Amino acid sequence: MQYRGTACILQLFINSLNKRREIVHNRVQESQQQKSVRDLKIGESGEISSLNDPEMALKLLEMGCIPGAEVKLNSKAPFGDPVTIIVNDYTLSLRLDEAETILLK
Amino acid sequence: MAVTIEAEAPEAKKATAHHPVARIALIGNPNSGKTSLFNQLTGLNQKVGNFPGVTVDKKTGVSQLTPQLKAQIIDLPGSYSLYPKSLDERVIIDLLYDPALNNRPDLVIVTADASNLKRNLLLFTQLADLRIPAVLALNMMDVAEAEGVKIDIEVLQRDLGVPVIPMNARKGIGIAALKILISQQLAATEVSFFEVPARLRPMVDGIKERFSLNNDYLALHYAHQYKHLRFLSEDDKVWMAQLLETQGFKSTTEQANETIARYVRINEVLLDVVRVDKAKEEEKFSNKLDQILTHRVYGYLIFMGLLFLVFQAVFAWASYPMDLIDEGIAALNTLIQENFNGPLINLLTEGVIAGLGGVLIFIPQIAILFAFIAILEETGYMARVTFMMDKIMRKFGLNGKSVVPLISGVACAVPAVMSARTIENWKDRMITIFVTPLMSCSARIPVYTVLIALVVPEVYYLGFMNLQGIVLMGLYLLGFLSAILSALLLKVLLKARERSYFIMEFPVYRMPRWKNVGLTIFEKSRTFVLEAGKIIVAVSIILWVLASYGPGDSFERAEERAVAEAEVKGLSDVQTDNLISSYQLESSYAGRFGHAIEPAIRPLGYDWKIGIALLTSFAAREVFVGTISTIYSIGEEENVTTIKDKLMSEKDADGNPFFTPARAFSLLIFYAFAMQCISTLAIVRRETKSWMWPLAQLVYMTGLAYVSAFAVFQLMS
Ligand SMILES: Nc1nc2c(ncn2[C@@H]2O[C@H](COP(=O)(O)OP(=O)(O)OP(=O)(O)O)[C@@H](O)[C@H]2O)c(=O)[nH]1
Ligand SMILES: [Mg+2]
Repeated sequence: MQYRGTACILQLFINSLNKRREIVHNRVQESQQQKSVRDLKIGESGEISSLNDPEMALKLLEMGCIPGAEVKLNSKAPFGDPVTIIVNDYTLSLRLDEAETILLK
Repeated sequence: MAVTIEAEAPEAKKATAHHPVARIALIGNPNSGKTSLFNQLTGLNQKVGNFPGVTVDKKTGVSQLTPQLKAQIIDLPGSYSLYPKSLDERVIIDLLYDPALNNRPDLVIVTADASNLKRNLLLFTQLADLRIPAVLALNMMDVAEAEGVKIDIEVLQRDLGVPVIPMNARKGIGIAALKILISQQLAATEVSFFEVPARLRPMVDGIKERFSLNNDYLALHYAHQYKHLRFLSEDDKVWMAQLLETQGFKSTTEQANETIARYVRINEVLLDVVRVDKAKEEEKFSNKLDQILTHRVYGYLIFMGLLFLVFQAVFAWASYPMDLIDEGIAALNTLIQENFNGPLINLLTEGVIAGLGGVLIFIPQIAILFAFIAILEETGYMARVTFMMDKIMRKFGLNGKSVVPLISGVACAVPAVMSARTIENWKDRMITIFVTPLMSCSARIPVYTVLIALVVPEVYYLGFMNLQGIVLMGLYLLGFLSAILSALLLKVLLKARERSYFIMEFPVYRMPRWKNVGLTIFEKSRTFVLEAGKIIVAVSIILWVLASYGPGDSFERAEERAVAEAEVKGLSDVQTDNLISSYQLESSYAGRFGHAIEPAIRPLGYDWKIGIALLTSFAAREVFVGTISTIYSIGEEENVTTIKDKLMSEKDADGNPFFTPARAFSLLIFYAFAMQCISTLAIVRRETKSWMWPLAQLVYMTGLAYVSAFAVFQLMS
């Protein structure tokens, strides 16, 4: 009983945070129309066109997210963030903010 | 660089057991099996686990390559490239660029995960361009095979210009071939994988000249990393900054270009090396399992269920072997006391054996806990927990990666604090280090177990839920909650704008290696007993002496007082003896010590005896039970009993049981929060490079403990 209570509160808390993120996200969306890994649905794939955050790009490149590579959105964590993607046949987990910097063709 | 290594190598290779030996470093991607290989080569048992970032520091061992030839093997943290992003990755750079030539490796074994060759070769090509002699250990051949990946070793060998050995470091396949290979004199590859672009030529030439380097790529690395190269003087750094400025060098862009160029090259190489046989349609087993284990509802339920199971196991299942150990120790003591006599025997039974018993008894619980953590790490589930917790953790100023230190903090805070090295972001890392010791470590188990057993009845709900296990779980939960709430506090206090990221490789699920799990349990239990045992024996002896002697003629006077009082009350001989010893204990050195601090701890419900235990616990908390059992044993030669009985029979001034629920819970809370571990303070000092953090921890945690214990005692009594 008590567990369910705390879980509920937690869920509400997270939901409210998700809403805030969405607002920010919408703003970002308006400014740039290009599709990113963030916009993929689970199971959907795309081809990387570029990485738009230089700092993050270095790490992503090292991990094999190079322009031209195919990415597939594999799963989402319970609160929708982080997500896992599959590149070069292996699974990588990253946050939505990070997924957003991987632009697709 | 290449030249110096080659010049030095022939010397080293000729070396025998009595001479300096060749130094061979293991470098590769995280989780590619470096430590497994290290263990196979050296026969050591360093920690292996199925998630990236298990090894965070350099470890050295010796391997007998051939009957005549030994080599020094260096295990290193994993890295995806030679451009470090976190502290653990920097260890590699520090080793490779070490200005002391004889610290540098003569040869590197590059480990690569054969099932994921493309990404693994990136680091290899960088090392190759530095012209460091290398061999490629193509590990996880079994996984590659299962996934239908076929690798043409001959062609790969030719294209890379170095020997390639297919292997399975887990089973030890390929180790013999590798040993023979690395016992020979090996040269660096002649194949180039990346040419320094023409526009960077003037800069690279300038650097080569100033530092007398003869490798273009090494010079380029100086340009990228000069700020972190410890052996460069301030002058050098100023010079570098100016050069890069005038040349308009953009480190980030150049690194990105380099990485892309390398991947293009690697793709070319792999085109006729790797073939994937099986139809790829079939979903990987790991991905299917993830759909359940990281599911939005079941994911958490399964995790909670697992934790619940562990606490039940720690309490309910472990109690049988524990009772046996406890009774065994009591029987041993009785046996010795029945047959021998004298002050040394008293020291042995009341001091050493009573104290040691307080450690040995907890082996079953420690073993269960370590088994659980080992399984969590070996299967790859730990990475999933990290993944599921990231979003929640971020709200508290932590990071999904903080979960690894927090969970391993349940075993011991010392390695846990070190494992925070994988967290790239400074602020996240500091917060993680600060709060990790609040997690209830295994040294608290003894205190928890004894006190819970005293005041919580052993009842079962639904036939399997043990109330004592639930209370224990509650204490761990309390530790976790206090950790994340403290993190939240720090998040507000610490000002640092640095981006944190969570780009992490997700390992495939693997069956744990049971031999490994068993070995881990054995090793950890042994360390626990030996480490705690050493302190406890020392503390017990000192304590026994301090409790058995008093200043001047205080003992005689205590005896006189007791005898006089006994006559007035008309006590029997046994009762008189007991009265004498309790008066004597009170007037001993230890007793005076305890009395001195009693005023400070009385508001928490403690008396001077517990005061003594608190003082000794500041070296290490597991000493508590030993101390209590030593103090309560003194002067009770006739009825040596188990630890629990000793505590149960302790009476307060009015003759009621001393350990009331209020007192016991106040103590439990105190031990849950207080910073009572010198080793942790020392490691925090080392990892944060400042005294500020450990001191802040000491003050904060102990203050929190005092206030909370006070509140609990006042509310409950
Ligand atoms: N199937 C299979 N598993 C392996 C092999 N070699 C290692 N492993 C497993 O891979 C995981 C990682 O092994 P480690 O030796 O810890 O890897 P590491 O490179 O030292 O990892 P870090 O220290 O995190 O960089 C463990 O679960 C090993 O049991 C292999 O050849 N085949
Ligand atoms: Mg390792």
